[in-house]
Amino acid sequence: MPKKFTFRGGVHPNHCKSQTERLAIETFPAPPIAVIPLSQHIGAPAKALVQKGERVLLGQMIGEPDGNVSAAMHSSVSGTVLSVKPFAHPSGRLVTAIEIENDGADEPEPFEPIGQSWRDLSSGELIQKIAACGVVGMGGASFPTHVKLSPPSSKPIDTLLINGAECEPYLTNDSRVMIERTDDILTGVQILKKILGAKNVYFGIENNKQDAINAIYDRVTGSRFNDIALAVLKSKYPQGSEKMLITAITKRKVPSGGLPMDIGCVVQNATTALAVYEAVMYGVPLYRRVITVTGAGVRSPKNLLVRIGTPVRSILEACGADIAAAKKVVMGGPMMGIALSDLDVPIIKHTSGLLALDQATDAVRKYPCISCGMCVSSCPTRLVPSKIAKFVEKENFDEAVKWNLMDCVECGSCVYTCPAKINLVHFFKVGKMRVRAAGAAQK
Amino acid sequence: MTTENNTESVKPKDTGVSAGAGGLPLLHLSVSPHVRSGLSVPGVMLAVIIALTPAFISSVIFFGLSALLITVVCVGAAVATEYVANLILKRGQTIQDYSAIVTGMLVAFNLSPTVPLWMAVLGSVFAIAVAKMVFGGLGCNFINPALAGRAFLMASYPAQMTDFPPTNLGGMNGLADGLSTAASADAIDAISSATPLEAIKYAFADGIFAAADFAGALTSLLTGNVGGCIGETSAIALAIGGIFLIAVKAVDIRIPLAYFLTVFLLFWLANGTGEFFTADAFITPTFHILAGGLFLGAFFMATDPVTSPITPRGRLLFGLGCGVLTFVIRKYGGYPEGVSYSIILMNLMVPLIDRYTKPAVYGEVKKRD
Repeated sequence: MPKKFTFRGGVHPNHCKSQTERLAIETFPAPPIAVIPLSQHIGAPAKALVQKGERVLLGQMIGEPDGNVSAAMHSSVSGTVLSVKPFAHPSGRLVTAIEIENDGADEPEPFEPIGQSWRDLSSGELIQKIAACGVVGMGGASFPTHVKLSPPSSKPIDTLLINGAECEPYLTNDSRVMIERTDDILTGVQILKKILGAKNVYFGIENNKQDAINAIYDRVTGSRFNDIALAVLKSKYPQGSEKMLITAITKRKVPSGGLPMDIGCVVQNATTALAVYEAVMYGVPLYRRVITVTGAGVRSPKNLLVRIGTPVRSILEACGADIAAAKKVVMGGPMMGIALSDLDVPIIKHTSGLLALDQATDAVRKYPCISCGMCVSSCPTRLVPSKIAKFVEKENFDEAVKWNLMDCVECGSCVYTCPAKINLVHFFKVGKMRVRAAGAAQK
Repeated sequence: MTTENNTESVKPKDTGVSAGAGGLPLLHLSVSPHVRSGLSVPGVMLAVIIALTPAFISSVIFFGLSALLITVVCVGAAVATEYVANLILKRGQTIQDYSAIVTGMLVAFNLSPTVPLWMAVLGSVFAIAVAKMVFGGLGCNFINPALAGRAFLMASYPAQMTDFPPTNLGGMNGLADGLSTAASADAIDAISSATPLEAIKYAFADGIFAAADFAGALTSLLTGNVGGCIGETSAIALAIGGIFLIAVKAVDIRIPLAYFLTVFLLFWLANGTGEFFTADAFITPTFHILAGGLFLGAFFMATDPVTSPITPRGRLLFGLGCGVLTFVIRKYGGYPEGVSYSIILMNLMVPLIDRYTKPAVYGEVKKRD
């Protein structure tokens, strides 16, 4: 096995993956009513292409990208559009969504596969296909993949990194996909490699996912995928953060305020590579994904293949979650996921998991800050979190920015380790919002 | 921000979920992350209390029940003062964070075993009420409360504060023997009231220095069988506690490391002989590391997180500054001991140090103006 890569800073939360890491992916039934929000990505919301009463097919494009940084939306069922109106969204806001009544027929849109001939297509044609299939980053940030695959010619890409770190506790969806769909993911990686023209391809996996490492190792040491290198990473949060992954494997550092492409790197999540594979090989748009449903409040934890638009409540109930007893329901991982206020929100493209937690975390502050510096040593970005939080609290945003507020990736390592139980990320989020609002107002 | 405080629970829209008779399910909302480590402020304070225990036990061995009594009284007075201050200031109670216990112990450890109990109470009350609570309590004080209490008593009652008895086990014999034959009687009263540092300071000032039982003196310094404040004498006991704190990450090794190295290096240079460890001169760097309050100061006082820098480089600088000031006071100043004033002076520098030692952020590009 190759040497283990890592980065400076970070924390070691309990992995909590044992409940689901060996459970094969099960297919969850399509919902009777699917709700597809028009915004499931970073960038402009998609424009609705259908109206109330219209019949749609499974995989039919029902929302088209609006502008350069946007993504297409597809129906995850076949049936009739009930409404196009604002619905509760996991983010806590109301977002326009398309509500579709499932007719149970799963009558598919005629997909247009490219198949094995992908090797003969140009990067532009492949990117077009990926865009048409609405693929976005499925690790959590949800940036439209076709945009990430189109760096300006002034920024040549020599290194493609596949993110299979899955450093968030509880989640096992990526590792299950890596184990069960190994060849498909690796083919997706080769498609990505061709598009970018990257020389080096690294597949990064944390060393607490031995089964996934073995699966990938077996295939990349064979002849078919020998252009991909496995990079075993030390299990440490936030190893799966884009910058930490790049630095651990390549020793390069993304410049402050810059992007990975500035240093010749592109990072794609392992599950995103699978979505790329399905889009290119079979023309299947991103209308379903694998999620992990777990947590102390879930009686039978599972890894599930679910349709986008399935209500959270129905999945939790099917996994035996005692919703009345759960203190908190989180969409995503426990370190960066969103606490849901409404369980009728749909699964969206970057939902990696659902956690029913039996413990509520402390409020914004339990004890006063004693300047112990735990946050400083845990910060992977080398910030001084407690100081920035104090500046934000005193609304001294100039000083907060001087201390690199805007470089914070909101990974939550500082909060995890803080003995005073201060939710520093809260101050960073508020601070960034205020700084951006002030910047926008000046323009 | 509706998610500012997760004590505000939000009711799910759908009331169809069965939640027992009458009750509606409530979900907590908060900003991520949703898990926390087991570290807590009382946990950190408890670690410090545990780390102070070996020195506490050794103080009772060497100074007897008076050490025990003074420590208990100081802790009681500190906790009571914080309790009352919170009542008067109409703040939530904070004694359960254990920080007052730490302060009380440290005040006691900085007193001579012969001080009257009322003085111990006064020092603790000053430490908590004036140095800590009026500035807003834990986390808001700008100088170490225990050291403020000690400085207050030193200024008010210098005689009692510097009257040190010999230990129960006849400590200081090595030094006392050497000095009583050599030093002029009016320079010091080596039997009843000299700490090792005082002995050195005044004997050296008189230019009289005889060969003494150096090995015996060094053993006494290590075990704590010498005159001095209650908690400062046993280098071994303090080191055990200090290493424990570093091991459990309650203390950053940078501060004590920089402090010790600076003191050692400066006294080695000033010594002129290049000797680290000789019998003919007590003023070797080894002696200065072990004598006086350096172990207590470097491990337990300078490392007080509230009153030391938060940046890694700042912590090195802070330890360095403490070391330089300790050297200057001990070598050139009027006092034989300089640890507590060094730390207090450096406490005042902390905001400045933090400001100029901002760490280089990941991927930070050097700005070209």
